[in-house]
Amino acid sequence: MCVAIPMKIQELRENNLCVAEIGGVSREISLMLLPDARVDDYVIVHAGFAIEKLDEKEALATIDLFRELDESLRMDETDHE
Amino acid sequence: MLKYLQEYRSPKDALRLQEKIRRLPLNGRRITLMEVCGSHTMAIHKFGIRELLPETVRLISGPGCPVCVTGMEYIDTALALAAQQGVIMATFGDMVKVPGSRSSLQLARSEGCDVRVVYSTLDALKLARENPARPVVFLAIGFETTAPTIAASLLEARRQSITNYSVLVAHKTMPPAMRALAADPGIGVQGYICPAHVSAVIGWKAYDFLPQEFGVACAVTGFEPLDILQGVYLLLRQVIRDEPRVDNEYSRVVSPDGNPAALDMLKEVFEPCDGNWRGVGMIPGSGLTLRSSWREYDATRRFAVECPPAQEPPGCICGDILKGRRDPVHCRLFGTVCTPEHPVGACMVSAEGTCAAWYKYR
Repeated sequence: MCVAIPMKIQELRENNLCVAEIGGVSREISLMLLPDARVDDYVIVHAGFAIEKLDEKEALATIDLFRELDESLRMDETDHE
Repeated sequence: MLKYLQEYRSPKDALRLQEKIRRLPLNGRRITLMEVCGSHTMAIHKFGIRELLPETVRLISGPGCPVCVTGMEYIDTALALAAQQGVIMATFGDMVKVPGSRSSLQLARSEGCDVRVVYSTLDALKLARENPARPVVFLAIGFETTAPTIAASLLEARRQSITNYSVLVAHKTMPPAMRALAADPGIGVQGYICPAHVSAVIGWKAYDFLPQEFGVACAVTGFEPLDILQGVYLLLRQVIRDEPRVDNEYSRVVSPDGNPAALDMLKEVFEPCDGNWRGVGMIPGSGLTLRSSWREYDATRRFAVECPPAQEPPGCICGDILKGRRDPVHCRLFGTVCTPEHPVGACMVSAEGTCAAWYKYR
């Protein structure tokens, strides 16, 4: 139930509303919970509300962590052997 | 940007992560990790995460599906409200099939009650605006991810002077439930895969008490397969090193302190109360109730409805399943009389329930 999807903000509207898009589908989303969101921001949308921004730098850094295989292994082995 | 998200499903990196986990010096230690979010339960089954882990690492599911943990008496009350003259019952789709003691909203609808599925609380508010002569009752269930959207709808109702909108509140909060499970020696959780979008709202610091008071490892992770594998890796590393802490794998969305606007709204509209978790029982401080200044929007105050005490179905072991003590296959109702089409117990009613996940991906 807590599933939320990433969408890109296309246009800001009155009353804390915006139009956001994913995969060519647009819909009106409330920014009441994320009032400082701007056009072109990627946001996580749950039940019609943007609940948080999606941070591109962090997204890429996490992918790098998946691939940090050898370093972390060596570290673990030094720690425990 | 969204193209990067594909990389969170890369089979090649999944294998590398699996290898990274397999090479951890577990030395045959049995380690039990619990995911407390229904969307994680679904993802773990969908992507076959269990099969990728060493045999000694056990993943168990906790009470993380808000639909499943909603008490039967709540459904009974919702049904009684839906039967009131003129009422439009607005709800998220997950609630429609949930059986109460005697009926379900789906059945009530077929018997003439006006039950509408909405995507957002703002859609429910719109129903109220467009039907000023009819009371609209919204079923306010869900964890910290969802509760702010109900709070926002009440703020909007007051701002727009919409007086025919009310809510039936049974919100629950995750950290008190995680505390109760961590304190239960019969479960033996050594690490939590912390919920993703609950954490987006409350922030990862909300789990600091778990390593500090209970020595339980914590990792906030996203819902993609690599997110979960990396989360398991981080948890196992904490357990092996005996250095429990809160790791935040989902840093692209989750911050230390959460979403301040959402938290402010929660605080303005709701206050903590004891919460009754279906199958688990009362957990102190794990519920949310409307503050006195918002009680005029409480559906149970607007309508006098009384329900006989709820009756749990006999033979159902959902209570043990929600606490991770037993698996769905240990239930004699599972897959025979209890199926997604005809759910008997709490864990089969929602697509994200543990039994529903086991059934779908068995």
